Amino acid sequence: MKRLIIIITMMFLLCASIANAGSTGSEKLKKSTSSTANECFEGISRAMFSFNQVVDTVVFEPLAKGYRVLPTVVRNGTSNVMGNISNLLTIPNNILQGDFAEAGNTVARLAINTTVGILGFFDPAEKMGFPKKDKEDYGQTLGVWGTGSGCYFVLPILGPTTARDFAGTVINIWGDPWYSMTVSNNPMMAEGVFNDSDYYIEKGTSAVDFRAKNIESFDNIERNSIDLYASIKSFYLQNRNKKISNSDKIVETQDESDWEEIDTK
Amino acid sequence: MKKKNLIFFINFLLLFLFLNNATADTSDPKKFIQEIVDEAKKILVKTNTAEYKAEKLTEIALATVDIKGVGLYTLGSYRKNLTEEQKKEYSNLFKKYFLKTFVSRLTDYSEPKIDVISSDKKNEKYTIVSSILLATEKKPEVKIDWRVYTKDPDKPFVRDLIIEGLSLARTQKEEFSSIIESNDGDINALFKKLREFINS
Repeated sequence: MKRLIIIITMMFLLCASIANAGSTGSEKLKKSTSSTANECFEGISRAMFSFNQVVDTVVFEPLAKGYRVLPTVVRNGTSNVMGNISNLLTIPNNILQGDFAEAGNTVARLAINTTVGILGFFDPAEKMGFPKKDKEDYGQTLGVWGTGSGCYFVLPILGPTTARDFAGTVINIWGDPWYSMTVSNNPMMAEGVFNDSDYYIEKGTSAVDFRAKNIESFDNIERNSIDLYASIKSFYLQNRNKKISNSDKIVETQDESDWEEIDTK
Repeated sequence: MKKKNLIFFINFLLLFLFLNNATADTSDPKKFIQEIVDEAKKILVKTNTAEYKAEKLTEIALATVDIKGVGLYTLGSYRKNLTEEQKKEYSNLFKKYFLKTFVSRLTDYSEPKIDVISSDKKNEKYTIVSSILLATEKKPEVKIDWRVYTKDPDKPFVRDLIIEGLSLARTQKEEFSSIIESNDGDINALFKKLREFINS
């Protein structure tokens, strides 16, 4: 099974590399600033997207609405716990991206919030001068290393992804300490303390927490889109580009060329 | 008589200062956005009816957003292949579509609390104004950046909203492009979708 996963990952990485290989320096720069990506298999992806919408309507949206009823302190605490666990994945990616200062910040946050913050429920690290930063994953690290996004597709339940990000997701199986502590039950990492179910409960809760924070935004996008699939694709790709560039600066995520030609006023 | 002249002079001076001040406000992109935000806040109070909100928000959009420019950007390279008649039709449809989505997007927010933080002049044509929609009990804080077109500094226009780093104009452009591409480049497919949306 692991061998099959490795083969699939290598194939996707190869696809992503090929997508990059034929480009000149300037083309590469242009591609890196553009959010567009070719479709891998649009028909299947659109079918998956429709399936995910049904799952969302039947499962995630009702759960998110129920979750919203909980007191704010409980929701914030739950969100903090999930964020604290995700630091385990962020740390190796900070290091692989060569961002050692960020790695130090993330380690400090994890240590302080797990202990003083009672398993991450509270965030005393923020008050102690260790600010909350964006999560990092292996898809982002591949992007920082120069791997092109490759083609875009939609996975059942997991949602939008690209060849590069899917490869990153698969690498998580071996490279996420939280996965090693729970599902793999790695003898080097808190063996016997956690179960498989802890990993899946954490992932499920994170999904519900995210959905609860975005109920109105999702409804708004759905109501105002004439091609919802394309809208979500655009948002996903823009967001990934922004995360890979680790920048809040607008100019780095915007292609100015099309605006330049327009002079209506 | 002298007193009357003095009053006239003071009134004239006040009027001059007021007009001068008003011009200064619109030429500063940050103040321009602050004025839009303040106006929107007044409109989006709970006691106002949906019809009133829609009417007033439409007025704001018409006065402050470069709808024609956004429409052309949104069409991407396809705009170069349009006939004059198609351009007119698109312009008309896009305006209706834009106003409908603009009103629909904003009326979700009841009495929003937005802090206009800073502005960053990118070049002579563009300034990015940064603001934050403050968190509520149920919604997290949202970072909103406004792309302000300042080619005529006395008459700035909004051309894009960038929410948490995601451009609404770009998303709309890619949405339109997807519709045209999946219909073998036929612009009429987009017109049809726009009409359906406007009439829904």
